[in-house]
Amino acid sequence: MKASQLPIKNLMRRPGRTAAMILLSALLALSVFGGSVVVRSLQSGLNSLEARLGADIIVLPAEAESKVSFKNLLLQGTAGAYYMDASALDRVREVEGVEIAAPQTFLASLKADCCSIKVQVIGVDPESDYVVKPWIEQSYARELGDMDLVVGCLVTADVGEIMRVYDQRCHVVARLARTGTGLDTAVYCTMDTMKALLAAAEAKGVSHKITSDGRERISAIYVKVRDGYDVDAVNSKLNGHVRKATAVRTRSMITGVSDSLAGISRTIALLVGVVWVMALAILLVAFAMMIHERRREFAVLRLLGTSRRGLSRLILSETALCSLLGGLAGIAAAAAVVFPFTTLIESRLGLPYLTPHAGAVLALAAGTLAATLVIGALAGGWAAYRLSRTDPGTTLREGA
Amino acid sequence: MILRAEKLSKRYFRRTGQANHFYAVREVCLELHPGEVTVLMGRSGSGKTTLLHMLSGLLRPDEGSVWLGDAELYRLDDGVLSRLRNARIGVVPQGRSAIDSLTVWENILLPGLLYNGNERRLEAERWMDALGIAALRDARPAELSGGELRRMAIARALTQNPEVLLADEPTGDLDDENTIRALSALRDAAHGEGKAVLLVSHEEEARRYADRIYRMDGGKLTAL
Repeated sequence: MKASQLPIKNLMRRPGRTAAMILLSALLALSVFGGSVVVRSLQSGLNSLEARLGADIIVLPAEAESKVSFKNLLLQGTAGAYYMDASALDRVREVEGVEIAAPQTFLASLKADCCSIKVQVIGVDPESDYVVKPWIEQSYARELGDMDLVVGCLVTADVGEIMRVYDQRCHVVARLARTGTGLDTAVYCTMDTMKALLAAAEAKGVSHKITSDGRERISAIYVKVRDGYDVDAVNSKLNGHVRKATAVRTRSMITGVSDSLAGISRTIALLVGVVWVMALAILLVAFAMMIHERRREFAVLRLLGTSRRGLSRLILSETALCSLLGGLAGIAAAAAVVFPFTTLIESRLGLPYLTPHAGAVLALAAGTLAATLVIGALAGGWAAYRLSRTDPGTTLREGA
Repeated sequence: MILRAEKLSKRYFRRTGQANHFYAVREVCLELHPGEVTVLMGRSGSGKTTLLHMLSGLLRPDEGSVWLGDAELYRLDDGVLSRLRNARIGVVPQGRSAIDSLTVWENILLPGLLYNGNERRLEAERWMDALGIAALRDARPAELSGGELRRMAIARALTQNPEVLLADEPTGDLDDENTIRALSALRDAAHGEGKAVLLVSHEEEARRYADRIYRMDGGKLTAL
């Protein structure tokens, strides 16, 4: 036997007490790691949304506001079925301060024989698009051809597969990186492909007379404001200049999301804080009780020649072992809860949710483990300090 | 002389009619010599245990000093004093003194493992044999009787191979046969190996093993 094995032997000797200590540490780690991952995922989702959106203003048909909330437009990809005349694009481009105006057209497929899956199809103009194209280029470097589709990461279709949309055979050519928004469930194509799909939808009697009159329709225009122009002023001008359309600042949409995110982050931080304080208090009491119960044993160790520092090392080794095991267990439990249910959490919160990359998750896990060890060390250190203030002779005399 | 106490005093708080403290030990001077068994007798509460704890460096006196050779114990840094106690002072305290997570064998080897990793297996086997606990080697303290635990504590202190051995009521839980075994082992350690042994006891049997006898009464020490 080695003296260094004493902490392990002590912990194994009292499995109930040890399990309780580990459980407390695990609870702490679970709340910290789980909470941190959720908050970071929400922040990553918002960052992804901001980075991907790029537009300063979105111009939508006036009817859109009654059909879908602007926030959902961004977050759930509920683009819906609303259209305006394509001439609105020219009107937008006439407004001073508009640098780029990129149209998009939306079409929802059906859960029916004519369609492989129910999905939101978004047509983009390859010439002017600056919103989706850079994102698509990360996964697909070539130009999108006729009847080519790029699918969001959560769409259940594989690259190379044929996807039927209103009986039109489309080729899935690429899968996009995850955004953490509802756009992950959409598919993207060129405007030419979209025209073919709209015509096919109308032929099936499910569209909204959007091609039969021979005029082109679009669903949204993503506007980038020229440098030096005030976005609010351009937004006002657009609202005055483009009839039957509403111009909305994307910042105001993001701000709403950002506010919700800040609220949720605050709530989670508060809960984590409460758990921390409670865990620290409980650990302090638990360790104080443990020290009291074992004070004679510690006095005997002093009698045999263990120094105060050696005794503190023994106590801290025991608390560190409990904290380490509890921390690892808590992190594993949080990972088992948070990661498999990402989609559920995302839909429940209704906010963009993008799990951080593996490196960031590992860093969070390491930070959580360090925090758990610090709490254990604080509790153990306090107990050791209290013990060091008692004369072992007095303890032996009291307990004889 | 190995261990010397000079005018040791220890007060404890106690609300009385006259004062708010009492002297457990009052101006005690004592010397322990190599190869001698010193027996300290006295009634309960006379200050024997307090004196023993002060002699072992476990309880700081209010007045006076304790010397082990040239080292004044209570002027030493805690780390140095602890190491010195581990190497040179063996203590058998009253009551239970086992580490519950260790077996009897591990308990006995523990002092040797704390600093230099010297397990002193041969000494341990020898003293366990002498004290009749060789068969309990793998037992846990919780499985032992009070007498067995006491003999384990004596074996541990002897295995430590200290220059000074301080035993507080070492035969308190023992039957006659084991009392003789224990006292014989302590006397052998003194006479055979030159250790300075202090036996705190209120049993008359201990007198037979003594080279010097003292009595404590009301915190004061008297040579008999």
